[in-house]
Amino acid sequence: MLEFPRWRKIWLWGLTLVVMACAIPSFFSMAGVAWPEDLPEPTVNLGLDLAGGSHILLEAQPNQVAARRLENMEEDVRIALGNAEPQIRIGDVSTRDGRLSFMLDDASQIDRTREILTPLMNGQGLTREWELSVVDTNRVVLTPTQQAIDSAVSQAMDSATNVIRQRIDKLGTREPTIIRQADTRIVVQVPGLQDPEQLKQLVGQTAQLEFKLVDQDALPSDVAQGIAPPGSEIVPYAAGTPQEGTSIAVRRLGGIQGDNLTSAKAGVDPQTNENVVNIQFNQQGSQRFAQLTTQNVGKPFAMILDGKVLSAPNINEPITGGRAQIAGSFTPDSANALAISLSSGALPVDLSIVEERTVGPDLGADSIKAGLIAMGVGSLLVIALMIATYGRFGVYATCALVINVIMILGIMAVLNTTLTLPGIAGFVLTIGAAVDANVLINERIREERKRGRRVVTAVENGYREASRAIYDANITNFIAGVLLFLFGSGPIRGFAVVLIIGLFTSVFTGVTLTRMWVAAWLKAKRPREINI
Amino acid sequence: MKLLKLVPDDTNIKFLKWRVPFYIVSVMLMILSWVAVFTMGLNYGVDFAGGQEVQLTFEQRDEAPIPQLRELVGGLGYGEPVVQEFGQPNQVSIRVPLPEGTEDTPGAATAIGDRVIAAISAEYPGVRKDGNDTVSGKVAGEFRTAALYALLAAMAAIAIYIWVRFEWQFGVGALFALVHDVSLTMGFFAITQLEFSLQIIAAILAIIGYSLNDTIVVYDRIRENLKKFRKMPLPELLDLSVNETLARTIMTSLTLLIALIPLLLFGPASLFGMVAAITLGIFVGTYSSIYMAAPILIWLGVTSTSFVPQEGKADQQEKIARGEA
Repeated sequence: MLEFPRWRKIWLWGLTLVVMACAIPSFFSMAGVAWPEDLPEPTVNLGLDLAGGSHILLEAQPNQVAARRLENMEEDVRIALGNAEPQIRIGDVSTRDGRLSFMLDDASQIDRTREILTPLMNGQGLTREWELSVVDTNRVVLTPTQQAIDSAVSQAMDSATNVIRQRIDKLGTREPTIIRQADTRIVVQVPGLQDPEQLKQLVGQTAQLEFKLVDQDALPSDVAQGIAPPGSEIVPYAAGTPQEGTSIAVRRLGGIQGDNLTSAKAGVDPQTNENVVNIQFNQQGSQRFAQLTTQNVGKPFAMILDGKVLSAPNINEPITGGRAQIAGSFTPDSANALAISLSSGALPVDLSIVEERTVGPDLGADSIKAGLIAMGVGSLLVIALMIATYGRFGVYATCALVINVIMILGIMAVLNTTLTLPGIAGFVLTIGAAVDANVLINERIREERKRGRRVVTAVENGYREASRAIYDANITNFIAGVLLFLFGSGPIRGFAVVLIIGLFTSVFTGVTLTRMWVAAWLKAKRPREINI
Repeated sequence: MKLLKLVPDDTNIKFLKWRVPFYIVSVMLMILSWVAVFTMGLNYGVDFAGGQEVQLTFEQRDEAPIPQLRELVGGLGYGEPVVQEFGQPNQVSIRVPLPEGTEDTPGAATAIGDRVIAAISAEYPGVRKDGNDTVSGKVAGEFRTAALYALLAAMAAIAIYIWVRFEWQFGVGALFALVHDVSLTMGFFAITQLEFSLQIIAAILAIIGYSLNDTIVVYDRIRENLKKFRKMPLPELLDLSVNETLARTIMTSLTLLIALIPLLLFGPASLFGMVAAITLGIFVGTYSSIYMAAPILIWLGVTSTSFVPQEGKADQQEKIARGEA
């Protein structure tokens, strides 16, 4: 037990020093050190609860993706059948229950309809995305396959993540983390952000801009009751506009989506002194916008943002240059946020904030300071007690404890893990376990000496007999730690990571290293009596 | 140098003499804890209940205007807020629950949070916002299930490991001690109405880890003594084992306590609940290893043959065949 060949000592010391060295970049700046670029720098990140910053969890409603696909399909089907020679007339179109169904005026056209719709029903790589069935000889029902919906949701989430990243990058904050999580969630973490208001405005806004013609035939009394004429829909005015609380009817189809933009900038209208967003369509968008405005001079059209009407001005003259100005009772901040959102593109799906955690940098710093002072005081007291109780063996235990803490940080740095407040509880527990390992060993040595064993035998027995309980205790805690990591959520995981790492290092330092030191001392001095 | 000895040599305290009354008291405490949990309820934080919690510092004042804040936030119509001092007298934490019926609305918590902060900022322009948490009903529900599964899975796995390494009686005993510790901690949170958050789950896990450590040390000594003293009656043997490990038990508990108490007294306010729970857990865990985990072995019928290789069935049949049995 107490024999340590030279190669083993070298290997143990080497391992200890390398792991400890990994903790260095977390404490001292590495500026000026030639660090290989491909190698990630080993640092422990402080969690937002310690460093301050904002954590936002966004969730999408997958139904919305399906609904939007259905809407697009409806428009595609109408165009395809309307352009057919001879034209195929349909009626009673419905998009209820996630299916598109319509009636053919002439049931004998069913085979041609099927033929025309086939290209629309296949996705890329000829995978079948829609199933067509015929009910009562002339009703056609198109049902999306689950696989197609899933992949559409997944694509929407990927592009939503990109859009969010672009928007936040334009804010100019440092090192945001944007990760897609599970099927329908995105985590956004921005360290050091004091006021998350603007961030929330940016990520919470879908920025789906639409231009739709106002349905002037709709009866005001029907609109007030929320009844839309066929082919139209009721859209409420946005909060903050003079018409807030009322709604208007707009034509459902034939409008323009605001995703064909080359730029969007916040500005002030020199005539009205109002905050506005100036947009510039790309070529395709310019053409469609010119077409829409030319055909409808003198009629009002509505600018709709995320399903709310911003304003509904009259088209005074055809707009052919592709420039437009959006007015909607903006503040300078909200105009700016909208400009950023529009130029990064619309989110393909609405995201709502389901969890938000913001810690002010002052509180974070206060927490660290108070925590460090308290841990410092506690550590000094523990060290004093250990040395007073076990003398030389207490000194070994103390050294092991210090190395243990540095090694935990070193391993956390290599794995680039994050230290959080619950992680500190994990630290306390592992340090407790490390102290306990030495207490067990030293108490056992005391006991063996009391029974009259010789020094070397007592130390050997002490380590051997105590190791059993130490290993059993640490393995059970390890099992618990792994399960916590697998089942637990954020903060619990932070605890589990520190616990798991700490169990390994505390057995290594508390048992292996101290045994090496004790063995070296016994070999050099060959004491006949030990003070323990 | 004369070394410190916290526990005199060769103690012989009859711990198990009072095992029946202690057991009755402990089981009653466990029942009372659960009665408290179910009647008084736990003071769930936003992690588990959903809603909003914001921490504010009034830098220009000595004391935070708690009654005014209560009225201001209560007047917004989201139900009664919890307003309490947090750390310093000029720091407060304000918690607003999710109004009924909004548990399934994804953005409800954030919307409420924004309105609360806007109202406070308008009334007290110089206030410093130290922290803001909003959690929607769905996410809070996920936190609840995740925490519950994590706790149950960890406890079950621990019991199975100890069963494999020792004997089934020891697995049951360790599990029982853990249930005792978790119950009393929950009872503590029900009675004090300290906020029960995800951090407290981390604390309970730390308690489980510590208590288990303690139980294993005692069990390990029992196993060793069972092999050594075949003829010793079990209660006596358990007493011997507890006494032999007493110095270690006291020393470890004490070192942990002196590490924790500064954290409790001077540590950050955000850690208070967690550290208080762990500190309580040290006492409860130490007690349960001696009075819950050990005596149960007597009633579960551990004998000195538990760790002796047993005769297989084949051996017995052979004996019968030879007419020896």
